[in-house]
Amino acid sequence: MSLSKRFTVGLLLAALAGLAPAGAATAQSVVGVTATEIKIGNTNPYSGNASAYGTIGKTIAAYFKKVNDEGGINGRKINFISYDDGYSPPKTVEMVRKLVEQDQVAFVFQTLGTPPNTAIQKYLNQRKVPQLFVATGATKWNDPKNFPWTMGYQPNYQTEGRVYAAYTLSHVKDPKIGILYQNDDYGKDYLKGFEDGLGDKKNLIVMRQTYEVTDPTIDSQIVNLKNSGANVFFNISTPKFAAQAIKKAHEIGWKPLHFLNNVSSSLGTVLKPAGLEASKDLITALYMKEVTDPQWKNDKGFQDWVAFMKKYYPDGALDDQANAYGYNVAILMTHVLKQCGNDLSRENIMKQAANVKNLELPLLLPGIKINTSPTDFAPIEQEQLAKFDGEKWSLFGEVIEAVRRQ
Amino acid sequence: MAARGGTAAEPKPAHAAGAAISAPARAGRWLGPIALVALIAFALALPAFVSGFRLYQFTQVLIYAIALLGLNMLTGFNGQISLGHGAFYGIGAYTAAIMMDRWNVSYVWTIPTAGLICLIVGFLFGRPALRLEGLYLALATFSLALAVPQVLKYFEEWTGGSQGIVLTKPMAPFGLKLTEDQWVYLFTLGVTLVLFALAWNLLRGRVGRALVAIRDNHIAAEAMGINNALYKSVTFGVSAAYTGIAGALSALAVAFVAPDTFNVFLSITLLTGIVIGGFATISGAIWGALFIQFVPNWAQDISKAAPWAIFGLFLIGFMYVMPRGIAGFLHMLWIRLSRSAVGRGKGR
Repeated sequence: MSLSKRFTVGLLLAALAGLAPAGAATAQSVVGVTATEIKIGNTNPYSGNASAYGTIGKTIAAYFKKVNDEGGINGRKINFISYDDGYSPPKTVEMVRKLVEQDQVAFVFQTLGTPPNTAIQKYLNQRKVPQLFVATGATKWNDPKNFPWTMGYQPNYQTEGRVYAAYTLSHVKDPKIGILYQNDDYGKDYLKGFEDGLGDKKNLIVMRQTYEVTDPTIDSQIVNLKNSGANVFFNISTPKFAAQAIKKAHEIGWKPLHFLNNVSSSLGTVLKPAGLEASKDLITALYMKEVTDPQWKNDKGFQDWVAFMKKYYPDGALDDQANAYGYNVAILMTHVLKQCGNDLSRENIMKQAANVKNLELPLLLPGIKINTSPTDFAPIEQEQLAKFDGEKWSLFGEVIEAVRRQ
Repeated sequence: MAARGGTAAEPKPAHAAGAAISAPARAGRWLGPIALVALIAFALALPAFVSGFRLYQFTQVLIYAIALLGLNMLTGFNGQISLGHGAFYGIGAYTAAIMMDRWNVSYVWTIPTAGLICLIVGFLFGRPALRLEGLYLALATFSLALAVPQVLKYFEEWTGGSQGIVLTKPMAPFGLKLTEDQWVYLFTLGVTLVLFALAWNLLRGRVGRALVAIRDNHIAAEAMGINNALYKSVTFGVSAAYTGIAGALSALAVAFVAPDTFNVFLSITLLTGIVIGGFATISGAIWGALFIQFVPNWAQDISKAAPWAIFGLFLIGFMYVMPRGIAGFLHMLWIRLSRSAVGRGKGR
């Protein structure tokens, strides 16, 4: 084997010598754009545990097909390349690298999930490839200073927390606030937003209780919160625990002003198991038109969406909110690309994404507008409160701006 | 790779033919080492020719190959079924990530540490698992695969919870003009070669025979003086160590770890890899790794609508055409070729 060893060493050196040129990257900012085409990259979980979200990618693809059928954007057709990452970060990295290095897309749009997006954020920012309107509720996507190539989309948990804080301060006399939160980054994100919203009135919080996602029940936390004398309850919990909390509070006869985080606002998985009677008067924050809500039956935005779905995505469910979500965000993307005009360099795409002013989308609640700026990478920062009337969520009050009180 | 399968399959019939070994068969004996060297040379030269993205894919192949080799020792050679090797992969990845992120330890040290920790965890898990056979062991290891992602989320202070830990890719040392991708690939390749050489020595000698004897008939093995309990639990440990090292390398290559990456599906993917690659073969680990890395992508290229259905068809097709895995198939092919060569030699 000594012969082969020497041979191997020789080859190793030869290989190393040949490497340098392959590493040099070219710094060209117009990539993935020709006179007739714009290439957009995306990953979605079409398979695996999170595959229910995959329909978002399909809706977006269908919407871009509609755009292309209607002549494209400034004469350019959109080539939307979407790969399955199964919600697995190593696969996301592989697929996004394929999109950037092999398919040569202009930018990446609506990659889905917090862990997958975290895995690719550094890479995309190093390469200066826009990572636009990512599909996750985490707050960290609004960080233009450190990650100038990454932008979020939906209201994040902190924004929502601030909405509840604003309502509490303006509507409750002598509030004593009790909070239940899941002891992880999701729970803490909500909590931080809520506390930021209270500003210097954090002492209104009389009790904080936590639970671990592995706990079997949260009954004792609810009892503790009742005993603390709180008259406002901010319930930061995932569906299973949210249902337990609503039920337990009802059983022990605790009737605070009960804020339920949007994560658990589902009628089917939370309110029905908890009991519709027990769920009465819960308050949550919404930013989209619920497609199952009959009040939008005659709304133009809703009807357009239904017509679009029937023509371009007939397999898609009309009661799946995710399809409405994909429709909205695809329209936003189209708007930004139109605004770019003929300068489709990566710099300008990012610049225009950070320059959306008062844009309304068909399935956002009336009055909610998209606004971005070079220092604000959180497109949707308004929400409206809704109260559960025993059958459905009914909107009330004004659209609330969730401005940061620092 | 073919060479490894081939050498492992050193054609006994040809030897049995004794004096009548023909020229082609003798040449065949050199074919193995030559092909092996050619393969290593190819692997070393690869970074000069392919893009960073491809290199990332091949790095993943090497990483999977190490994990599969570990699992194959346990399941293929020793007959202990594990549905939980994704857990060791995860433990290895988090060992590397926590060492680099929290304690600023150089990535080089994370590899042996991940191996050592998984060796110990694997050994300790292997001890009580000795009482479990076949499907019962499979279930016990399955529980490990289910538990690990949740446990990782629980120790949030260390693991970063469900958000995971973002890492920095290691740079090439000694001022070598390599990109990070190229360096990670070469580093992984080096680790792979060392681990394969070790496994080669281990499995083709006394130890390997003992493992197979335990698998085939543990009472007879005991009667021959093999300490079943020790062998089985050490095998569990070594197998876990290999998989853990693979996990640590994956943390370097992906530069990010998150708990849900290391789910049950990963464990099952690894099991798929060793069956497709070739049960109880060393070269099978590489074939299996190529399969689990690339076939899902091809399946997606063929059909966006039902990639896993296509993948399933591939699986069934492979199992039907190559019931003993790719390595087993090549082995058989080799025997046929050398037999016909011997036949021709005699005929002359």
